[in-house]
Amino acid sequence: MIEIKNLTKRFGHITAVDDLSFRVQPGEVLGFLGPNGAGKSTTMKMVTGFLAPTSGAISVCGHDVLTDAAGAQAAIGYLPEGAPLYPDMNPRSMMRFVGRARGMAPSRLTARIDEVCRLVHLEAVMDQRIETLSKGFKRRVGLALAILNDPEVLILDEPTDGLDPNQKHEVRELIRTMSAGKVIVLSTHILEEVEAVCTRAMIVAEGSIKFDGTPAELRGSSRFAGAIEIAVASDHAEVAQRDLAELGSVSHIGEVVEAEGETRFVVFPATDAPLLEDVQRVAAGASWSLVRLAVDRGRMDDVFRTVTTGQSAQGA
Amino acid sequence: MTVFRRELAGYFGTPVAYVFLVIFLILAGVFTWQLGGYYELEQADLRGFFTFHPWLYLALIPALSMRLWAEERRSGTIEFLMTLPISTGGAVLGKFLAAWAFTGLGLALTVTNWWTVNYLGEPDNGVILASYLGSFLMAGGFLAVGSALSALTKNQVSAFVLTFTASLLFVLAGFPAVTDAISGWAPDWFVASIRNLSFLDHFDAITRGVVDARDVLYFLSVIALFLFGSAVIVDQKKAD
Ligand SMILES: Nc1ncnc2c1ncn2[C@@H]1O[C@H](COP(=O)(O)OP(=O)(O)OP(=O)(O)O)[C@@H](O)[C@H]1O
Ligand SMILES: [Mg+2]
Repeated sequence: MIEIKNLTKRFGHITAVDDLSFRVQPGEVLGFLGPNGAGKSTTMKMVTGFLAPTSGAISVCGHDVLTDAAGAQAAIGYLPEGAPLYPDMNPRSMMRFVGRARGMAPSRLTARIDEVCRLVHLEAVMDQRIETLSKGFKRRVGLALAILNDPEVLILDEPTDGLDPNQKHEVRELIRTMSAGKVIVLSTHILEEVEAVCTRAMIVAEGSIKFDGTPAELRGSSRFAGAIEIAVASDHAEVAQRDLAELGSVSHIGEVVEAEGETRFVVFPATDAPLLEDVQRVAAGASWSLVRLAVDRGRMDDVFRTVTTGQSAQGA
Repeated sequence: MTVFRRELAGYFGTPVAYVFLVIFLILAGVFTWQLGGYYELEQADLRGFFTFHPWLYLALIPALSMRLWAEERRSGTIEFLMTLPISTGGAVLGKFLAAWAFTGLGLALTVTNWWTVNYLGEPDNGVILASYLGSFLMAGGFLAVGSALSALTKNQVSAFVLTFTASLLFVLAGFPAVTDAISGWAPDWFVASIRNLSFLDHFDAITRGVVDARDVLYFLSVIALFLFGSAVIVDQKKAD
């Protein structure tokens, strides 16, 4: 378990992390979201004992990071931002080094190196100098090192950055399968990733928590959640909008876009209204016909923007 | 000691290390047989060879020690290293010992000089052994200074210049020209303590063949002090 209490970090007059408090339980995969400079990496550096907090307390699996950094670090597998590695070593020697530093028994280490190498697909480059590897492979080596001794806690700073779509998919799969009984915290700029792997999403901006909930709640809190996007032929757009606006279940209509003789707009629901039924009824009896209709599940990027900038996305 | 193993293996994985060894041996040879006036003196010992060791180290040790921490800090690998369950002290010591062992290897490769003098005459082997010990200890002193100064900066060139300057001060502190210059106005105890700080002074004492515990202790304390300093600096500066 990770427990963070009133964590603050200042660099001179910049407050990178501002009085942050939260816990992460085993089995949870926490997706750490936030704009550039939000303080995600800084928080991770403090949890892993690399950076000393200005104030506050962090405990990882019962080890106080400030007084027993080595104890906490023994429980943590960490992928630092940018996956820094020794350029003159190869993935195999790097893994041996980490295994020894973590006190793994030689036989277990050998077995784990094989296993991990298969998990992140490093077979082909195991004996190639790291400086000659591509960015994605370096990231995979960093990930391999983080999971090498199957630690209780995984802290991954942008684990899928620089990976190709197949690898992204596999790494997400890997994280999901590993998550049972583990505490996993990962940061990402890919909002879909949070839905794909995380059980919990947290948005930080300017060093403090702006949202904390499940990925479904995150999407659901979008103003688009439950709204209906409708497309009609542009000739009928005005009539259609007027007809729909008369419905009691419609709060307002917005996001109108015209393109190629077709007009799209979003019908926002009044609270708890049976919007879909009403829209379908009106459309069935109307002089205009629907080109397309889609119920929006909510837009992650919209929530993200709303939460982090205080203003909503236009025309998203 | 995993850090020690990694670092030592690292030396042999890079051509720079071999270049270092070769330069070390060439310079050691040149100093001994040419500048040391070995033939003119017509005596079978290695005084000349060892006299030049402080200068040899002055030139070469900063080149070896400059990357110890500066490179880790520049490339960000320090974050990877310092979030493993290794103490800062352990990492500092591991890196230092690897560099020291590597220098020791260079020094060990000069035993050919020792054989040569034994072939040419009958040197006092006790003195030579003591000198090797002294030289090795002095190399450790230079490296420890280099380790601390390398942790101060992310730039290897700055680390080199800083270490070179600091080492120069440590050597010059015992140089007659310097001690004479300050003895004119400074009190005797001050001159004595400056002299006492000098690598040269303690090294000379050992190369005379007398391994005094105080001289050995001096180098060991310099090493301990600067390694402690390195650990403090690394902890302070690692995340900058
Ligand atoms: N060593 C440092 N010295 C001064 N300021 C720093 C330092 N490290 C981070 N900062 C500042 O702290 C703030 C948070 O940075 P951090 O790297 O945690 O952001 P992040 O959320 O990880 O962003 P990104 O998405 O770009 O990775 C930024 O304003 C950054 O400039
Ligand atoms: Mg970051």
